[in-house]
Amino acid sequence: MDIILITGFSLSYADGTEGLKNITLGIPANQITVMLGPAGGGKSTLMRAINRLNDLADVISMTGSIIVDGLDVNDPKTNLVELRRKVGMVFARPVPLPLSIRQNITYGLEVAGITDKNRLEAVVEQTLKDAVLWDEVKDRLDSPGVALSGGQQQRLCLARTLALDPRVILLDEPTSGLDPISTAKIEDSLQLLKKRYTIVLAPHSVQQASRTADFAAFFLQGELIETARGKDLFTMPKDKRTQDYVEGRFG
Amino acid sequence: MSSGRTNSETKRITQQVGFGLLGFIATLTVLPIIVVVGYMIQKGAPAISWEFISGFPADGMRAGGILPAILGTLYLTLGTAVFSVPLGIGAAIYLAEYAPENGWTRAIRVAITNLAGIPSVVYGLFGLGIFVLFLKLGTSILAASLTLSIMTLPVIISTSEEALRAVPNSFRVVSTSLGATRWQTVRRIILPQSLPGIITGVILGLERAAGETAPILFTGAAFFLPNLPGSPLDATMALPYHLFVISTQVPGMPVQIQYGTALVLLSFVLVMNIIASVIRSRARARRLW
Repeated sequence: MDIILITGFSLSYADGTEGLKNITLGIPANQITVMLGPAGGGKSTLMRAINRLNDLADVISMTGSIIVDGLDVNDPKTNLVELRRKVGMVFARPVPLPLSIRQNITYGLEVAGITDKNRLEAVVEQTLKDAVLWDEVKDRLDSPGVALSGGQQQRLCLARTLALDPRVILLDEPTSGLDPISTAKIEDSLQLLKKRYTIVLAPHSVQQASRTADFAAFFLQGELIETARGKDLFTMPKDKRTQDYVEGRFG
Repeated sequence: MSSGRTNSETKRITQQVGFGLLGFIATLTVLPIIVVVGYMIQKGAPAISWEFISGFPADGMRAGGILPAILGTLYLTLGTAVFSVPLGIGAAIYLAEYAPENGWTRAIRVAITNLAGIPSVVYGLFGLGIFVLFLKLGTSILAASLTLSIMTLPVIISTSEEALRAVPNSFRVVSTSLGATRWQTVRRIILPQSLPGIITGVILGLERAAGETAPILFTGAAFFLPNLPGSPLDATMALPYHLFVISTQVPGMPVQIQYGTALVLLSFVLVMNIIASVIRSRARARRLW
């Protein structure tokens, strides 16, 4: 079943940079959907359109529709706060908020008005375990989030996204700045997390894409070139451009 | 080859002379401050005593203390803070976090910049017209504080806006992605992170207000009052105006009282300045980004 339905979606930026051209795509629930393609292909833009983070950027026009779990993303009546709790996001560069490790995780719940101490404590422990970080930080939950290493920061960012118990998690090149061990830890946790969440991943390499994909979509210059189940996109691409990209001839 | 070496040798010497010259000029800018402070201390220190700070003027202000002027400046500074701090920070938050970039906000910014360039005596005249006469507040602490507030606002707004904008945009994106509203983001993340910068701006603005004579001249400052002001609607003595009065209006004034008064005013402003620097450097050491 597709939890996100993108239909004829186009977007352009005010400064003239490439946006998205007529994207139609269904994202299956409880699987890892990989969006791959060279930089500037529209993967980040599409992710930020799904949780309306593009509102913070200079977007001049949007057409078509995006439906997330029955919620029309671009409907003016849509509650954006509710949407963003439903669709969590992890960014390429880990940005811990200037708060403690614990507060980084409880932030999303606290702004949602949840103040029950026991519940918050339970969430902190559970999400840090889900993000494979608990053992490394359980004794210093009150030290600042930035004091962690890059790989730990990124797992903290994943944990704080999980804290909101979203339906969908968008990960925009979450391992691009990480060492192979941290990368493996993140990939491992994604395999566990897809049982409970729908995961949309922009991988930082074709190798990572083929390791993780249950479903793959190839983007080039704002267009969706092709999609395929499982590893088919990597083993038997239909489009010449997809083949050239996955075989490393460009990008 | 030898000419090449000479060339680089010449460049090195030129560079050293250049650095030396710049260092000398930089030192020169510090010199006046040291001289002014040193001179004031030398001339004014003998006048400073507990009686001078806690007593009322006597003998046509030629003797006694300057307590009414000290308290007056304190009242005016606090009064200015009451109006200019909430308004200034509010305006800065609007401009930095909410306002769209359009003609209207550009006009607001131009107005603020121009406000900062208006001579202080013009503020004084404006305050006389609006607060003293039109709003019938009379020459009072209230009218003078409002006048000083308008003069201080541009400083507080522009330094606060700068402090807010210095907070990395990625915090705003992350906070929004975690379901925070714009105001929650401002209150929980942006304001705490920019507070030291904002406080510095507030202190610098208030410090200017504390030292100004012209804006209070027509709006709230009194030549001499036998009693301390009883309400915000009373006029008050104030250090800068008192200094002007005893330096130019009173014949046979002992010089050391003039310098003593100047020293007290200077200390008042310097202490505020030092507090601002301490806040700034402590915040820089603790900053998490």
